[in-house]
Amino acid sequence: MSFFDHYNYWIFVILFVIGLYTIMSRTNLIKKMIGLSLFQIAVFLFYITMGKIEGGTAPIFVDDPNAVYSNPLPHVLILTAIVVGVATTALGLSLVVRIKESFGTIDEEEILRQEEDSK
Amino acid sequence: MSSIISQAPILAIILPLLGSPLCALLRGGVVPWAFTTILSALSFWISIDLLFLVNQSGPISYELGGWAAPWGIEYVIDPLSAFVLLIISGISTGVLIYARESICKEVAPSRHGLFFSAYLLSLAGMMGITATGDAFNIFVFLEITSLSSYVLISMGEKNDKRALTAAFQYLILGTIGATFILIGVGLLYLMTGTLNIADIASQFDSIEDTRPIRAAVGFLVVGIAIKLAMFPFHSWLPNAYSYAPTIITAFFAGTATKVSVYLLIRFIFTMFGWDFAFGDLPLTQLLIPFAVLAYLSMSVVAIFQDNLKRLLAFSSVAQLGYMTLGIALASETGLTAGILHIFNHAIVKTGLFLSVGAMFFVTGSTYLKDLAGIGQRMPLTTFGFVLGGLALIGVPLTPGFISKWYLVQAVLERGDMLGYGLAITMLISSLFAVIYVWRVVEVAYFKPSPDNAPKGEAPMSLLIPSWLFIAAMFYFGIETSMNVGFAEAAAAFLMGGAN
Repeated sequence: MSFFDHYNYWIFVILFVIGLYTIMSRTNLIKKMIGLSLFQIAVFLFYITMGKIEGGTAPIFVDDPNAVYSNPLPHVLILTAIVVGVATTALGLSLVVRIKESFGTIDEEEILRQEEDSK
Repeated sequence: MSSIISQAPILAIILPLLGSPLCALLRGGVVPWAFTTILSALSFWISIDLLFLVNQSGPISYELGGWAAPWGIEYVIDPLSAFVLLIISGISTGVLIYARESICKEVAPSRHGLFFSAYLLSLAGMMGITATGDAFNIFVFLEITSLSSYVLISMGEKNDKRALTAAFQYLILGTIGATFILIGVGLLYLMTGTLNIADIASQFDSIEDTRPIRAAVGFLVVGIAIKLAMFPFHSWLPNAYSYAPTIITAFFAGTATKVSVYLLIRFIFTMFGWDFAFGDLPLTQLLIPFAVLAYLSMSVVAIFQDNLKRLLAFSSVAQLGYMTLGIALASETGLTAGILHIFNHAIVKTGLFLSVGAMFFVTGSTYLKDLAGIGQRMPLTTFGFVLGGLALIGVPLTPGFISKWYLVQAVLERGDMLGYGLAITMLISSLFAVIYVWRVVEVAYFKPSPDNAPKGEAPMSLLIPSWLFIAAMFYFGIETSMNVGFAEAAAAFLMGGAN
């Protein structure tokens, strides 16, 4: 089993870690949201890979007894997770807008400084 | 009637879920509040019915849309989930009675419809997590709860703009936690080909030695730990609780983290099985240090807080440590103590946060320096708070004593040095609780009121619900047959299913 046999899973892991690193290392709230999206998208890829069967076609019924179908269930599941991801991103970005209106900045360190001052 | 009760498992969830969009259309005024309270009370009533039904005739399985279990989505109400459903809907109804005047002051009237719409979503999500028997459904309901709770927490912005950053921080951490759970569920599906919890559990023995399953357990436990605010993943909780509107803090303190504790119990005992979780995996050794660190360190941190809501939030993280300890002990007594503490702490903390909310309503601040002399200005509210504080310490006649009593029994049952050590750490942590409760008492009764401080008691509509919780607390602290009975039944059921 070579490294590239399961390259889909490796791409998932790499994207996942890049996303997590972006969330932790950036102080710009928009960049944090980008990292969060990347982090979630990596999981979508993981689910899609899970449902793929080698030589399988799209799971649409065809009149051929030998046809092999990919598993549609993970695709359906991930459709739900994509909706959740979009909702999270939208809510996160709207919070960033409100933060910008209230604090006048979207830099985390600057916000923390202002919160310290207001105590 | 019997046909209605056979639909009860879904009704308890679908009422708030479908009520939410309707509530958004109701705009402002008293109507959305009344609507929400009625729906929540209906859910509460159904939950009571369910609890008695389950205790009479065993677990109920409800197949959504009539599709049979492993293929369709199944709702399972067993003794534990019925008990947690009762806690959630009960706390929610009590808090909503309190909500009318408090929310009018904290949220703009034009937004009431939307506010209560988000509240109902969050309630439906929590009820859904508890009732569902489908692993992916747990993720979906978890996100429904989380997304609405980010919105609700950010609503505290009218009083303090830090509510926005608290909500944002919670959004980042909460999404990471939920995504971890999603990966865990994906790995479980990969290995079993099913999402039904009972089905996964029945296949678990044959696959438990594989690497994906170990990864799945890791992702699930860490994901739930973030949602649970288990030490050291608690950093989102103090800010979120401090700056959210009063009723939201009280509601979430009573329910949101408790639902995550429920999830942890559900995954460890129902899905992984006792043998795997505590035999092959060293979950006891992993969870006990974090639990002990949680209640020791967070009690110390609570002592140094100058914001009363923040003080209670840190104390919540400490109390979650007790619940985790109960689970980690991996014995029936420990599990009983953990489940019992879910119930007891939910009532106590909600009562405390509602009392603080009444102080906030009158004085407009939760900082200790502004609350000096509050004992003379608002005697009834402050007295209620002090009684709740006694329960945090664990004084006899309060439910805090009952759950600590059971926890100490479970710890001593081990009979080794670790058991005695744990009992001593619990004693020390209770002493820290004495200090932080005493700090509030000192400020409230022995410091002079600041000049031109507002005088007078909180309105009756705030006072009565918060005293309702304090009175319920004493009821369950003295007459323990109900809460202990249900906790024991749930623990016995879970352990019976595991062995």
